[in-house]
Amino acid sequence: MSIKISETLTFECETGNYHTFCPISCVAWLYQKIEDSFFLVVGTKTCGYFLQNALGVMIFAEPRYAMAELEEGDISAQLNDYQELKRLCIQIKKDRNPSVIIWIGTCTTEIIKMDLEGMAPKLENELEIPIIVARANGLDYAFTQGEDTVLAAMAHRCPEQENFIGDKEQNEKKSIEKLFSFLPTETEKKTKQSIINSKNKIPLVLFGSLPSTVASQLSLELNRQSINVSGWLPSQRYTDLPILGNNVYVCGVNPFLSRTATTLMRRRKCKLIGAPFPIGPDGTRAWIEEICSVFGLKTQGLEEREQLIWESLRNYLNLVRGKSVFFMGDNLLEISLARFLIRCGMIVYEIGIPYMDKRYQAAELKLLQITCKKMSIPMPRIVEKPDNYNQIQRMRELQPDLAITGMAHANPLEARGINTKWSVEFTFAQIHGFTNAKDVLELVTRPLRRNNHLENLGWTDLVKER
Amino acid sequence: MKLAYWMYAGPAHIGTLRVASSFKNVHAIMHAPLGDDYFNVMRSMLERERDFTPVTASIVDRHVLARGSQEKVVDNISRKDKQERPNLIVLTPTCTSSILQEDLQNFVDRASTISDSDVILADVNHYRVNELQAADRTLEQVVRYYLDKARRQGNLNLSLTDKPSANIIGIFTLGFHNQHDCRELKRLLKDLGIEINQVIPEGGFVENLNKLPKAWFNLVPYREVGLMTAKYLEKEFGMSYISTTPMGVVDIANCIRQIEEQINRLSPILLNRKVNYEPYIDEQTRFISQAAWFSRSIDCQNLTGKKAVVFGDATHAASITKILACEMGIRVSCAGTYCKHDEEWFKEQVQNFCDEILVTDDHTEVGDMIARIEPSAIFGTQMERHIGKRLDIPCGVISSPVHIQNFTLGYRPFLGYEGTNQVADLVYNSFTLGMEDHLLEIFGGHDTKEVITKSLSTDADLTWNVESQLELNKIPGFVRGKIKRNTEKFARQNGVVKITVETMYAAKEALNA
Repeated sequence: MSIKISETLTFECETGNYHTFCPISCVAWLYQKIEDSFFLVVGTKTCGYFLQNALGVMIFAEPRYAMAELEEGDISAQLNDYQELKRLCIQIKKDRNPSVIIWIGTCTTEIIKMDLEGMAPKLENELEIPIIVARANGLDYAFTQGEDTVLAAMAHRCPEQENFIGDKEQNEKKSIEKLFSFLPTETEKKTKQSIINSKNKIPLVLFGSLPSTVASQLSLELNRQSINVSGWLPSQRYTDLPILGNNVYVCGVNPFLSRTATTLMRRRKCKLIGAPFPIGPDGTRAWIEEICSVFGLKTQGLEEREQLIWESLRNYLNLVRGKSVFFMGDNLLEISLARFLIRCGMIVYEIGIPYMDKRYQAAELKLLQITCKKMSIPMPRIVEKPDNYNQIQRMRELQPDLAITGMAHANPLEARGINTKWSVEFTFAQIHGFTNAKDVLELVTRPLRRNNHLENLGWTDLVKER
Repeated sequence: MKLAYWMYAGPAHIGTLRVASSFKNVHAIMHAPLGDDYFNVMRSMLERERDFTPVTASIVDRHVLARGSQEKVVDNISRKDKQERPNLIVLTPTCTSSILQEDLQNFVDRASTISDSDVILADVNHYRVNELQAADRTLEQVVRYYLDKARRQGNLNLSLTDKPSANIIGIFTLGFHNQHDCRELKRLLKDLGIEINQVIPEGGFVENLNKLPKAWFNLVPYREVGLMTAKYLEKEFGMSYISTTPMGVVDIANCIRQIEEQINRLSPILLNRKVNYEPYIDEQTRFISQAAWFSRSIDCQNLTGKKAVVFGDATHAASITKILACEMGIRVSCAGTYCKHDEEWFKEQVQNFCDEILVTDDHTEVGDMIARIEPSAIFGTQMERHIGKRLDIPCGVISSPVHIQNFTLGYRPFLGYEGTNQVADLVYNSFTLGMEDHLLEIFGGHDTKEVITKSLSTDADLTWNVESQLELNKIPGFVRGKIKRNTEKFARQNGVVKITVETMYAAKEALNA
């Protein structure tokens, strides 16, 4: 089997027999992100077993999530879904008193056609607690797309911006502000600084769940360019969801949020800024530049800042330069990571990806192309819905220096002398913005550094050939 | 619907996959949505498996939901047949496929006509059985399939081996210390002059299953998996089986005596002699295993009457309870299991060796029981280890579910004579060491940490005056919490609001009385 490497981006689609996490795993990071939430996964033992094993130790810390485990009576409709869910939710309300309960629909609720969306508003009224329904099931989605379904559902709950706040009203507000302000000069200074956001009163809401430190790092980067982030979806608390409306600009921070983007545009009439994602210094810069250009701002000191970051990465870059990578694909971060690694001087053979939204990722794909040209490296092939078996055959042929793969394949590949990095770690590590570019390379180089230590021992291939 | 945070035993298909992937050259295809192949991760990570786990999924997606799997499952089976050339492909239903109610048997029938591999459908009901029951069932199913096949083809080998021999049934992947136990059992049988006919499913080839009836008897070390197969073989071929778990010196001896009985049924005819294992049992118990000596040694004296709680699967919880109670003189306040399907057997086993019995699969119930009893040590699963951490009670892990640290690289059997040593170490190291305990009490302890109430329910309605607090701080750290709670309990019972030194002593006296 010979592998062609073409000049333009090629998209292929395989069988979809690949390993990934179930999208319900999104509760793992979302319940930590949204502090006053409670996630109720309505599914079977299979879902529960997955969560329990995937989340490992976290389960022992009294997490704010639980399974509503369906039993035979639920499946055969001998029990009343509504009454059952009500019973559980009353108990949750009593024990934890969350500000919102998020029902995660699973494959089973899809198949038995449990009307979660229909029951939620009724129960919401009865219990006086918001109930959001997200169908994060393995029938339709892969891994990180779970977050997408939750955020898309949550977008409907964001408070509505009052339509067309007239200039007049705004001016009135300002004059009142002036009256009550103890330091009028300060206020004026501030308004001057954030010309765009206040003067043209264009709110910017970023969407995508990030650890709060990373979120504030990104907000700060934009602040330096005189852009105020008016809110995040999701916010740290459910009660602080951002205001949305038809003159709110929105921009995604993660490549797997296409449903959320669509919902924000179509249902909430927001304006989407299509930009590459702020992963790696190149991505972060392009992301900021795109936002600035939408707001008609000239960026300040951004190039220098990017340059400084690259400088600080030099030691890592020496390690990765010229090395080859193979993405098996399971979390949709692959395009952005590949683009960054190419910029770092690596060669990417294949980018496997569960699902490719060419519209939502358009800017990212374009940047990937530009980066390949710039680094004079052949375009990698992008394989949607990959087939792990075929990929392993291709890997045998290509012998990449690094395979970025799920945990199901990591140990077997290592035993066959192929360095691997677990892709899941990229989902849980802090990889966004200038500050965290180092963390990405820290992850990518770890197997390479480890193996530099072991290289001289002479036992890399550790399987017996039958 | 049930509100659940954690479960002791996994869903049924995990059991099927564990059995299938334990055999060599058997491939399992799950009829499941994307992401349900989590089993591969567990096997690859926990067992640190070097080979690709022979489990793939025939993905159930939206299209399947709309129009049925149609050719998909059959295609996937025949594709795998060509790629890996396995002996057997096990089509594994999941919770999803059991509600879709597709005719999987039909797919299997179609696929087996076009593929070289044998193809079977794992016959387990997702909503009625758990991981362990499903594993038991699947193993029996595979064995039955191949023995039926051999019988049809006339190559069933029923003649007994010349020398005494045994099958070991129920060793499989992701089992608690199964690999080590297997090695230890082989050693034990070898010592007894018994050959190993086959070990299933771990490492076995399905094409050799037709030779199973050649063994003189079957040994089923764990209750959870293998009994069904053993019973089937008994019914079909008159093979007797031994299901006494050889864990702890007493039960090892029982097990060996049963083996002796089995062999002596046949050996006068086949070998013209009888075997006598008593000298072997005596030698091993007194001089090879250290456990019998250990329980006599003065170290173990300090453990006398200490309270322990045991929880785990039926096999391990029952055996450990018996070891603690009979062999070490430890008081087992509560013995429990999550194997609800085996409740009767468990109760019968531990009845006379513990104060109370708990059969539940709800970990909060277990946690409450432990908080109430306040044992000196817990022997349980990883869940109990975490409960112990929270309550500051040491815990030895004796049963699944387990973490990666329970898949030790070093040799750690629980069965056989080496197993008795391992168990003795585990038990002894879990309790605070005897002399240390004693010295701490004499010298007022070296622990200067603030008193933290470890009870899960604390009421702040009581105050400790300065003197009583000082007095409390003199008490060694590891018993301080207990004294504090006892005092507060006493104070509450007697309507005392302010706790003084006098209250403390009164409480102590009341407790001793």
